[in-house]
Amino acid sequence: MKKKKIGVYICHCGGNISDYVDVEKVRQAVEGDDIVFLAKTTMFACSDSNQRDMVEDIKANDLDGVVVASCSPKLHLLTFRNVSVRADLNKYTYVHANIREQASWAHSDNKMGATEKAIHLVKAAIAKSRYADALETNKIKAIKAVAVIGAGVAGMKAALSLAEKECDVILIEKESFVGGRVAQWDSLSTTTETGKEMVKRLYNELVKHENITILTNCEVIENKGSVGNMLLKIKKTPRYIGGTCHPEDLKRAIEVCPVEVPDEFNFRLTTRKAIYKNYPSEYPQTPVIDIKNCTRCGACEKVCPAIDFSEKEEILEFSVGSVLMATGFDSYTPAYGEFGYATSENVITLPQFKRLIDTQSDKLIYKGKEINNIAYIYCVGSRQTDGENTYCSRNCCTSTIHAAVTAKTKFTDINNYHFNRGLRTYGKQEILYADSLSAGDIYLQSYEDGLPTVTLEGKKTIVKINDILTNGREIEVEADLVVLVTGMVPRADNKVGSLFKIPKGRDKFYNEVHMKLRPVETVIDGVTIAGACQGPKNIAESVNSALSAATKSYSILSKGELETDPLVATIDPEKCTWCGACEAACPFDAILKIEKGTKVIADINNTVCKGCGMCAPVCEPDAVNLIACSSAEIMSMIDALV
Amino acid sequence: MADINKKSAKILVFSTEKISDPAIDMAGLLKLHYPPTVYTISIPCSSGIKPSWILYAYEKGFDGVFIAADGSDCVYGESCTEKTGHLVGKTHNLMKERGVEPARLRMAAICSVCSESFVKQMRTFNEYLLKTLHA
Repeated sequence: MKKKKIGVYICHCGGNISDYVDVEKVRQAVEGDDIVFLAKTTMFACSDSNQRDMVEDIKANDLDGVVVASCSPKLHLLTFRNVSVRADLNKYTYVHANIREQASWAHSDNKMGATEKAIHLVKAAIAKSRYADALETNKIKAIKAVAVIGAGVAGMKAALSLAEKECDVILIEKESFVGGRVAQWDSLSTTTETGKEMVKRLYNELVKHENITILTNCEVIENKGSVGNMLLKIKKTPRYIGGTCHPEDLKRAIEVCPVEVPDEFNFRLTTRKAIYKNYPSEYPQTPVIDIKNCTRCGACEKVCPAIDFSEKEEILEFSVGSVLMATGFDSYTPAYGEFGYATSENVITLPQFKRLIDTQSDKLIYKGKEINNIAYIYCVGSRQTDGENTYCSRNCCTSTIHAAVTAKTKFTDINNYHFNRGLRTYGKQEILYADSLSAGDIYLQSYEDGLPTVTLEGKKTIVKINDILTNGREIEVEADLVVLVTGMVPRADNKVGSLFKIPKGRDKFYNEVHMKLRPVETVIDGVTIAGACQGPKNIAESVNSALSAATKSYSILSKGELETDPLVATIDPEKCTWCGACEAACPFDAILKIEKGTKVIADINNTVCKGCGMCAPVCEPDAVNLIACSSAEIMSMIDALV
Repeated sequence: MADINKKSAKILVFSTEKISDPAIDMAGLLKLHYPPTVYTISIPCSSGIKPSWILYAYEKGFDGVFIAADGSDCVYGESCTEKTGHLVGKTHNLMKERGVEPARLRMAAICSVCSESFVKQMRTFNEYLLKTLHA
């Protein structure tokens, strides 16, 4: 048999690998292997130029296979399989070695250890390459339907994009109404459309599509299967208002409800009833009864016949091929006493301030007092030096300046004082900053070690700063209202993320495979992410990522079938004596009992076998092996790793 | 630097492509350090590990073997946990027969986000192996 000839490429990954792993030492350690025809280092193995070089190398030297030692195979396994295909090799002759996540980064505290480990990992990949034969892919049916979880603007836009591609969409919203955070805002920056108008426009487009199913008050509680065919179990909480009824009856029911609870829609600035809608044009148009706070007094039932407390929780089931997560964000809640929060009555957060200016006209009144001087303290809960939130929440500077400009335009005698740590009104948002300066807003700045202070002096609230823009001069403002510019934090309720096992990054938001190359994919096959569940984003950025995630989810399913690796079990007829243990172990009924000559042996149904390998360890005569995971391969890798 | 490596036991990890591999990769991404003599071999499912592979690893010089099991997250079905447990039990018996301390084989469910758990497992297993084999 002809001896294999392979090429080995060891990637610097810029410096991500070579800062900790001596890649030249790795190359020298493997170049002498009997099947290694060429061994090279490369600055970026994934770059177009290197991919072209690889194709030329393979063709010019008639190579039988390739090993690339670079980042996680989750990121570039397919890239290099495709390189092999372009060089007329079977893609399964390609073998990947992960020397970034599992060597250079994991052992960045020990360069020698990282280098030694990288050498062993590449040698193990070369050992595996000896057995990497040409294979044909299997094909499985993919359900052309996507579950979009979260019906905020990102989820709604993703649903529309998918529906236009003639893909069935199940849009699942945990809350009683669609729109998410954007429904809470009136005036938006860089557009004349309000948040509520935007939500209304999107909802009206959604209901025109017959292939979109909108589910509100619904939560995914179970997920089975894998990419192409995922069975979701969904819990639907009743609204307790059924059928049709006269709007006046509903209005009266809300009026007679005796319950008053803090209104989360207005960030607890106001109260609402147990039967409620957040605003008149909210969708769906049917109100909802907050059963947790309802006392079941019966007052609403007497005036509105549509109220139906007999409604029961339902469990719905849907099969989809992919899941798109657009579950949004929470706003940071300052700690007790942080810049006077909860200890001073005129300290509120930015989301509260935005609701305050949205719900008032002529004069800005808070707790019965007219507001003139407003102090905005930036980066509260973001860019923390002591806390966990070290990241910049990036949208808050623009959002604050927009709110300040809106307040000044809408109300009389408003003076805005911005206590910031450097402004980040990037791109076109810089126009807002210019508007704010033109309107006379005052900007005062400090570093993280000289944050402003909020103190109560009698009935006065004083905000002080040593302003670095005026050479550290102490400046104080008597503020009628202090607005804490709070940033975005990951959802506290992560049940759905845990259900799908979506990894989180250091900032605790959902993590993509690669922020530049695969920005909406997760390591969970078939699950994409969009909007602010991935990290702080403004509306435009959320919509961009939603459209990207929709396209990616659709691209997985568009052909109606998925290619899967042909890594199925094989039976050695010489060793097999048919004991039935493999048949009993197989959860997919992929093992058949057949007669072969004079022997009764096991056989594999390749169209059913999923390649789990559960049949292999139970075989006493060791007659079962998995393709690409055989005993010979595993043991040769163990030899290389020791 | 060489001393650092001498303080590390050689551990072979059988990890699964869809469940525990992402957690181990994430540990690297988060720069959560563990001994560099921990090597991973990826397999589809933890219930497909043959006891002969584990015994071979000891024979060739590995101090410990760790199975980063799928647990209840296994994409191939609920029976994975029971089957993986069974193969570990079977391997423990074979280890005893060969005079290999069964405690040198450990298993824990490592889900796709269990990076910290994986690193903790590696550190404690390393300490145990150093104390019992290299003291």
